[in-house]
Amino acid sequence: MNLKEIQDQLQLKPLAVPISPDSIEIRTGYTSDMLSCVMTGALSGSIWVTLMAHNNIIAVASLLDIPAIIITENAQPDEHTLARANEKEIAIFSTPKPTFEIVGRLWEMGVRAEET
Amino acid sequence: MVSDKPLITDDEAAKITRVEELAYELTVGEVMTKKVFALRPEQTMREALDEFKKFRISGAPVAIDGNLCGILSIEDLIRSLRDGRIDLTVADYMTSNVITVKQEDQVIEALKLFVKWNLGRLPVLDSSNKLVGILTKGDITNGLLKALQKDFEAEELIRYRASHLFEDIVSDRSTLTLRYNVKKNDFSRGGAASNNIKKALLRLGASPQVARRCGIAVYEAEMNLIIHTNHGGVLRVEIEPDRITMEAYDDGPGIPDISLAMKPGYSTAPPEIRAMGFGAGMGLVNIKSCVDEMNLSSSLDRGTNLYMVMHLDKSKPLA
Repeated sequence: MNLKEIQDQLQLKPLAVPISPDSIEIRTGYTSDMLSCVMTGALSGSIWVTLMAHNNIIAVASLLDIPAIIITENAQPDEHTLARANEKEIAIFSTPKPTFEIVGRLWEMGVRAEET
Repeated sequence: MVSDKPLITDDEAAKITRVEELAYELTVGEVMTKKVFALRPEQTMREALDEFKKFRISGAPVAIDGNLCGILSIEDLIRSLRDGRIDLTVADYMTSNVITVKQEDQVIEALKLFVKWNLGRLPVLDSSNKLVGILTKGDITNGLLKALQKDFEAEELIRYRASHLFEDIVSDRSTLTLRYNVKKNDFSRGGAASNNIKKALLRLGASPQVARRCGIAVYEAEMNLIIHTNHGGVLRVEIEPDRITMEAYDDGPGIPDISLAMKPGYSTAPPEIRAMGFGAGMGLVNIKSCVDEMNLSSSLDRGTNLYMVMHLDKSKPLA
């Protein structure tokens, strides 16, 4: 499914959308707040759900070719982070909901863990 | 020509697309149709109709010996047909107050005229005011597309040259060394060096998997320099056709117990660092699983040296 459907169904607030979300296909996802775990576990093309809003998430996403990050519980990235996201063409969404609920909803929508 | 566009801010300038840039770089002369067909003022409207049909055009400039004196459009033809006066001359129906562009004008100026006057075509004049071409919006689109294609080919050439770097240079052993200084606590630039290294490897023709694995290993090393050193350190990447050697070194404080540091989940990161998502105790473990060879040596007097090697598939070397 594409990122626009995910954005609409989960009512995500777009904070950075450098590329049109309906052109990005999402099939798998990953969640962790520990950057080294993301480094090991996230496949390229994943949607990443995290509570972490620090600008290091952009460097990690960029290295792993992660096209979209959902930041949960209204954690707020700063402007510098969003500027970097736009520059690296990574979409950032925000939601007041906790990670557990977002991941559950994504799974229901058909976003599954893929075998590494 | 004075521009009626307001000055733009740096922020807006950063958002200007390549197409917009090209509209300022290209001249009208470069994109116009050069073989221009022109009517003469003494021709009849009937003749004009035949010419329009023959050349499948919907308008034409009117000129005497290359000197523009008017423009005739399909609307003028329709008017003459409606009036039943198709045997009158072109001079009777043409627009003689013609808006023109100079061939050395920028394409953007022509675009402004098209928008402002809702024109179908613009006659193009040279510096001595002779008619040298005709410009339609289609000509501009074609010109921009051709220029973009040229850009693309130039980029492809650079890419090709970069990925054949090692073939072009003959020596007993060619290496390319990239060096990055990483500052202690510089979290705002965290990952910048590893992202650049990954990009460089891709440019040099490394496979996405190799570039990704090197990127991850160097990222962990880079963050270790930012988090755990006294003054930061240096990342050094040596690229050879058959292998990539990556090194991170610093001047302290050194690691007291390397086997403990290598244990998954072990971390010395303080709480404020953990709050930023670091300190999972997986950094060195990640590195080990990403590279083919890893050697960590450390001394409490001289600091730490992390040595990583990635061997490239013999069937798919760089270059």
